[in-house]
Amino acid sequence: MQQRLYRLSAWLPVLLLLVGWHYAAQSDWLSARVLPAPLAVLKVFVALAASGELLVHLQASAARALAGLVIGGGLGFLLGVLTGVWRPAELLLDSSVQMLRNIPPLAMTPLVILWFGIDETAKVFIVAIGTFFPLYLNTFHGIRSVDRALVEMARSYGVRGVNLYWQVILPGALPNILVGLRFALGFMWVLLIVAETLAAPSGIGYLTMNAREFMQTDVVLVGILLYALLGKLADVLASLLERHFLRWQSPGALKGGAA
Amino acid sequence: MTALTWHQLDRPHHGAHVTATVSTQDRPHGLSLALKAISLAFGQRRVLHTLNLQVAAGQFVAVVGRSGCGKSTLLRLLAGLVQPSSGQVTLDGQPVQAADGSPDHPVRLMFQEARLLPWKSVIANVMLGLQGTDARVRALQALQSVDLADRADEWPTVLSGGQRQRVALARALVHVPRVLLLDEPLGALDALTRREMQALVGDLCRARGLTVVLVTHDIAEAVALADRVILLEHGAVAVDVDVAEHLPGRREDHPLVLAALEHQLLQRVLSGAPASAEAPTAT
Repeated sequence: MQQRLYRLSAWLPVLLLLVGWHYAAQSDWLSARVLPAPLAVLKVFVALAASGELLVHLQASAARALAGLVIGGGLGFLLGVLTGVWRPAELLLDSSVQMLRNIPPLAMTPLVILWFGIDETAKVFIVAIGTFFPLYLNTFHGIRSVDRALVEMARSYGVRGVNLYWQVILPGALPNILVGLRFALGFMWVLLIVAETLAAPSGIGYLTMNAREFMQTDVVLVGILLYALLGKLADVLASLLERHFLRWQSPGALKGGAA
Repeated sequence: MTALTWHQLDRPHHGAHVTATVSTQDRPHGLSLALKAISLAFGQRRVLHTLNLQVAAGQFVAVVGRSGCGKSTLLRLLAGLVQPSSGQVTLDGQPVQAADGSPDHPVRLMFQEARLLPWKSVIANVMLGLQGTDARVRALQALQSVDLADRADEWPTVLSGGQRQRVALARALVHVPRVLLLDEPLGALDALTRREMQALVGDLCRARGLTVVLVTHDIAEAVALADRVILLEHGAVAVDVDVAEHLPGRREDHPLVLAALEHQLLQRVLSGAPASAEAPTAT
């Protein structure tokens, strides 16, 4: 009971904000142009969803985000594995990557526009750059922090080659890799928003920028809230992955958790 | 020296498991070990100095000595993990091969820490590197011999230190080794668990007729477990005591002889110069 109260109390500020917002809008204290009433925003949301327009934009955004994550995060992971397990690769690549890491991905936008114009490739590229580094860094450090005693032990039991990576090194690095993934998911949305507001024929960023042109503050708000929801969704997904793959870290979880 | 059964520790609880496991598989016999005029240096530091040692097949030898006397190096030498600067190490007359983990390698090494993979269940840890369709059955049998079959599907993190070492012991034994090298595997355990583990290790190794080399800093442990105690000093054998000779019959019946032996050895260790002092020859 007490625990449920605690959990509910996390929603209290949100609720108060909504109620305050509602009454402020109703009493004409807030003009609809500055901030439309929450119910109005909800109505627009429902209308956009019903017309199918919302789904189209969501799909466009999700596709870009995912493509960027798969390309950037995947390359970051692979390069992290390479530099993590092979010293010459670390010598050759790591310091350069560490230097590039300090460039904010958004500082690349002018260059990216010059290279790719303003089409899909540019947006995917920006997301890919942003998700590359967290996965690279955490994979590299994860592999380096695997207990050498365990590797020696596994070798002495004949576990080697691909098996050694699969059974010992990658599971040992996994906690760090998942932290990297979590960071990458956060960056992914931030970068996508900016990339989509530059110029896009579709997507949530396009939706909001277009609505701004026509002073549709309610639609802008729908877009902003959507980003919040998608960010939260990505976070939940990451923590589910962690709970599944790192269940050995919390003893007792194997027996079905606390009764 | 050939009589291996003269000191069966009286442990009915584990004893039942031991006989059950042994009857299901062929009883392997240990291999004899020989180190001839072994010298080994790491850079300027001489670790082993013309060391000679013969261990008969099936013998349980404990190696004691101050830290830095070369006892762990001796073990790594027997495992083939380091090569001597000069001299020869042979197993059953054959030159020793590096412990490359091939499934039928006769030598297994047990470390001070259990070194279990935390992301694998207990049984998966025992099955590490085990091949064949009956791998799981054999792993379960090995777990049974250390009395942990009922914890097979749990994570190692929920086990106590002693239980983890028992899993590590099962993991070593499942490969049916002929020589077991123990690098202070009980050093980190509390006194009571340690006594239990000593009895278990002694029982299991003797029942299988393994040649065992136990490195320990605990002289009481060495005297209680081993057929023979070797004291290393400055990289060479300083004392070689045949415990079996002193104690015919069950060891528990002679606590005073055991204590006297332990005392003598301890005095001998303490009278020796510290291992760090440069002394080219052993006494």
